[in-house]
Amino acid sequence: MSTGTEGLVSGNPGPRSWRVKIERRLEQPRWLMWISPIILILAALAVGAVLLSIVGVDPRLAYSRIFSAAFGTPAGWLRGEIYPLSDTTVKATPLILTGVGVALAFRMRMWNIGAEGQLFIGAWATTGVALHLLSPETSPWIMIPAMMLAGFLGGALYGAIPGVLKAWLNVNEIITTLMLNYVAIFFNNYFIYGPWALRGFGLSPRFPRNAWLPRLMDLSDRFPIFRGLTAHLGILFGVAAVVVVWYILKYTKWGYEIRVIGDNPEAARYAGMNLKRNIVLVMMVSGGLAGLAGMSELSGVVHLLQERFSPGYGFTAIIIAWLAKLNPWGVILVSYLFGGLLVGGDQIQPFGIVQMLNGIILFVVIGGELLLQYRVRILRPERIVERAAEASGS
Amino acid sequence: MESSAKVDVPAVDMRGIVKRFPGVLANDHVDLTVYEGEVHALLGENGAGKSTLMNILSGLYQPDEGEIRVRGERVSFGSPKDAIRQGIGMIHQHFMLVPSFSVAENIMLGMDEPRFLLDPQKIEGTVRELSERYNLDVDPSSKIWQLSVGEQQRVEVLKMLYRGATILIMDEPTAVLTPQEVEDLFQTLRGMAKSGHTIIFISHKLDEVLAIADRITVLRRGRLEAAGVEASSVTKKELAHLMVGREVLFRIEKKPAKAGEVVMEVEDLQAEDDKGLPALKGVSLQVRSGEILGLAGVAGNGQRELAQAICGLRPVMGGVVRVHGKEVTNAAPVVLIKEGVAYIPEDRHGVGSVPNLSVAENLALRNYRWPPIGNGWRINRVALRKQAVELVQTFDIVTPSIDTPSRLLSGGNLQKMILARELSGDPRVVIAVHPTRGLDVGATEAVHRLLLQERDQGAGVLLISEDLDEILSLADRIAVIYEGQIMSVVDAEDADIEELGLQMAGTRVGAGAEKGEA
Amino acid sequence: MSDYLIFFTTILAAGVASGTPVLYATIGEVFSERAGVLNLGVEGMMLMGAVTAFRVSHVTGNPWLGLAMGILVGGLFSLLHALVSITLRGDQVVSGLALTFVGFGMSSVIGWPLIDVRDAPRLPAFDIPLLADIPVLGKIFFQHSVVVYIGFLLVPLAWFIINRTRPGLHMRAVGEYPAAADALGIHVDRLRYLYVLVGGLLAGMAGASLTLAITPLWIEGVTAGQGWIAVGLVIFAGWDPFRAAFGSYLFGAIRRLPLDLQGAPVLPWNLHLILRDPLLNYFTNMLPYLFTIAVLVIGSREAMRKKLGAPAALGTPYIRGERGV
Repeated sequence: MSTGTEGLVSGNPGPRSWRVKIERRLEQPRWLMWISPIILILAALAVGAVLLSIVGVDPRLAYSRIFSAAFGTPAGWLRGEIYPLSDTTVKATPLILTGVGVALAFRMRMWNIGAEGQLFIGAWATTGVALHLLSPETSPWIMIPAMMLAGFLGGALYGAIPGVLKAWLNVNEIITTLMLNYVAIFFNNYFIYGPWALRGFGLSPRFPRNAWLPRLMDLSDRFPIFRGLTAHLGILFGVAAVVVVWYILKYTKWGYEIRVIGDNPEAARYAGMNLKRNIVLVMMVSGGLAGLAGMSELSGVVHLLQERFSPGYGFTAIIIAWLAKLNPWGVILVSYLFGGLLVGGDQIQPFGIVQMLNGIILFVVIGGELLLQYRVRILRPERIVERAAEASGS
Repeated sequence: MESSAKVDVPAVDMRGIVKRFPGVLANDHVDLTVYEGEVHALLGENGAGKSTLMNILSGLYQPDEGEIRVRGERVSFGSPKDAIRQGIGMIHQHFMLVPSFSVAENIMLGMDEPRFLLDPQKIEGTVRELSERYNLDVDPSSKIWQLSVGEQQRVEVLKMLYRGATILIMDEPTAVLTPQEVEDLFQTLRGMAKSGHTIIFISHKLDEVLAIADRITVLRRGRLEAAGVEASSVTKKELAHLMVGREVLFRIEKKPAKAGEVVMEVEDLQAEDDKGLPALKGVSLQVRSGEILGLAGVAGNGQRELAQAICGLRPVMGGVVRVHGKEVTNAAPVVLIKEGVAYIPEDRHGVGSVPNLSVAENLALRNYRWPPIGNGWRINRVALRKQAVELVQTFDIVTPSIDTPSRLLSGGNLQKMILARELSGDPRVVIAVHPTRGLDVGATEAVHRLLLQERDQGAGVLLISEDLDEILSLADRIAVIYEGQIMSVVDAEDADIEELGLQMAGTRVGAGAEKGEA
Repeated sequence: MSDYLIFFTTILAAGVASGTPVLYATIGEVFSERAGVLNLGVEGMMLMGAVTAFRVSHVTGNPWLGLAMGILVGGLFSLLHALVSITLRGDQVVSGLALTFVGFGMSSVIGWPLIDVRDAPRLPAFDIPLLADIPVLGKIFFQHSVVVYIGFLLVPLAWFIINRTRPGLHMRAVGEYPAAADALGIHVDRLRYLYVLVGGLLAGMAGASLTLAITPLWIEGVTAGQGWIAVGLVIFAGWDPFRAAFGSYLFGAIRRLPLDLQGAPVLPWNLHLILRDPLLNYFTNMLPYLFTIAVLVIGSREAMRKKLGAPAALGTPYIRGERGV
């Protein structure tokens, strides 16, 4: 709990001017940990509204459109419309997979900013399997797992590159992962405009039906309420990934090592942990999950490889991971929020508004973390009256 | 006022100083009166609030309450610059010198002149002049990282003299020096006091305080225990009581050693420091079971590198490390752990613990791989917590719970946590580097007791310390290291402080005692 | 023979021009990092500078006003990072990323009406008298836009300020050992704000020089990762402006390669036909990014070998008077 003497009044003359004193809390009060994300997001929306007005967009209109597209309208709820939730789930699926991968890497203080590129390479590998390696008649029970494996491996190997460079040559992984994003996109473009191009359009041919992940609408014969709903099996991959990563972090030696390395690599070395191997492994799993996101997006939504199938999932994943405090379960929750923002973003132009809001949310979150770790006290002149301006209060 | 000679206005007069940090009341209505031309000792244990009080006087911290007068005038410092303007300069325990800068650059840092263009030559000339006048020999153009600790201290003094400081605060200045260097420093300080400078000398070492100070102020747990007593009117025992608040034993109860076979030895060991310069130039040492080998030396002479090279944390460029006769040169750290080598690193926060992990998880750092905690690829959290509960009790670690992050532990309890982890697995070799640095008397005693206990249970202990008193009171044999070489190894009974001090400064004395030369 | 000479001269000249924006950004980041603040928001600040400069120039018809506003907005934007990372002590890596996200989104909103604009006034280009007539070198260095020449002046100026002046000394002290600077009364946070601002102004300049001179148009994300490349070049440059210039111009030449290869001279075995193949473009387009990774490897190896490198306090906020971690 907070410490220090509250409301202390002293007979001695105090400082001659107003002073602001920032001091660290020893421990965070529990209530603050629960309320803070909500406060921070509201604050971010407020800052976003100001910036939107500056650049000439009506924030009320933008926000209400985003909200109704993402989560529906009260009138819609009464009619039993669940398609906004399904749409949001579709967008949340790749976000959960990339987000939990990024969170895992961040737990070890490996700044994997390359989820976007890993996602593309995963998608590319998936396409290779679905269109070229396996025949279109292959049973989905073989096709889908093969595609999953290809997607995961593609992303994992692509993630291994910056991992190896970091582990053996001490090359800054922030820059390498970022550069490899651009490389991945050109690589992808080469295939969709070159060898795999369908009439030179920047698209691959459509996947065979057996390579599609089942969607809710496929069940609409039995459950009419699912008619037109595009949520697909990929969401279960996401949930499974969250469970696995959570278990790894909490109940395995490897997870323990990841947490030790992330908090103090020197102590990890001292305890005999293999840093190099762990760096590469974590980057591979992190990249693999991003690659799996690429697979799920292609197999579940787009059904072909194209240039712009991702509105920056890999980048949004960074924000999600941070906002979730690198907690796997938190990733699901936050991904739904940002999935909603993406669905809503489709309704407003330009798309940059959503990206801007994403950035602002991240900004407010990291700025706001200080208010959780520190208390700001304002010392008045002459009479020292200390007032704890709590994070929520000010 | 019992002061007789000085009837004039005090150089420094601090009244009712209060300073709070989160969770700590560092200074609780402390007074300090210092007269011009005197050496005034500020005595107290680690954590008694001495440095805090002096950081306030030097303008680095602002007090929450209280007032400061300098030469009778009420002052309020917003920044160290204000204090320097009043002639107050502080020499911090951790030197405030930029390692990649030259001596001259460090000295002109923060000065108002020159306004824009740097003129190193001019500064170097002035510095040279100043260093001759005060007999503080140092080359103004060399880089700080190339200097010895003693030289760096001289740079710090010069830096303050260059700014015209007349009131000099020195925070634990002898901690890093050899006995001879300490004597030199005392000479300099006496000379400066004679020429009208005022010196405030922070220390927790009673002998030193009695040797140098005219008057003494004692702090304990942020409170004033004694204000400005004449050094000639108190005894060491009285001071110790004031400082610690109870009777202190100056000698540790110690059974005679029953040294057995060699459990760990290094032969002609060579290694580099972080800058790639040779740090160990052929070190040979043997540690036997049931004994404590003390390695004395001024910090930075290869001690850290030696410990790391043995434990597999630093590449060995030449030579051999053996544990129980088995060669483990350049083995992975985990091999050393398996061989039963316990390592108590000098940096408790940076190396020895994982600050945001719980005490329980910190305690498992050494044995998480093996049953009962490690179970295949999984971790048995029940066993992990059980171990923590046991160790917290056995080693008397004061913590709110075993789930508390280790960064919230006090220095002494953090060290006890590290010792609990390292010593609980019945190690055969213990390597302890500066194990009591920064701890208060109670915690220091606990650490000493644990190390002796390990020795009595048959472990071989290599105790690396820069505190000669600690080595003299604990070690059965004493080696001295200087610039990466062993100067001598002697039995503790035959050790002579004077000789050890000379060897710590690189002077070879006597014959036949040398060992371990390449 | 002269075909080859002309070809290479053209590549190098284009390299100097197209490396100029990265040069500004890199030098700006050198200032910020030398003072101890890692700012990964260069890409975002560049984009904001680029879009502001372009829009102001388009609306007012005055490219100089556009340049000034671009610089200013880049600087203002950097203050966001300064606020979060210095005053609020947020994570510098994440704060920089956030700055890039905001910059990307906001610039695309501001630039929305500019997508089809092709006629915004540009900054003037001119030959330097006499120097421009030197064979080969004249074409490479002295027949350019004014922003390229300002870049030439900036490099030695930055070096001089860092290494030979009192403000430079204080800046380095704050980046190496802020506690030492603080103990001598140097205002650590104030100086860090200042040099983050300098970095932002130069990143704004980088963006403005891009849209007002080097590639005078606006498309979403026009910088295409150049801000990130600048961050990488700082490491390669070992925080030195001259090496930063070398890296930037080299990068510029490689960046222009896909375009220049279309005009590759005739080579034996019809190699030029391969070089002119448009599909090869997808791979030559990767080169600037692979180049950045390569120079990072070189820079990191050198730092490891010489045991020197980043300013010691880079990336860590300075907190005075806090006890125990």
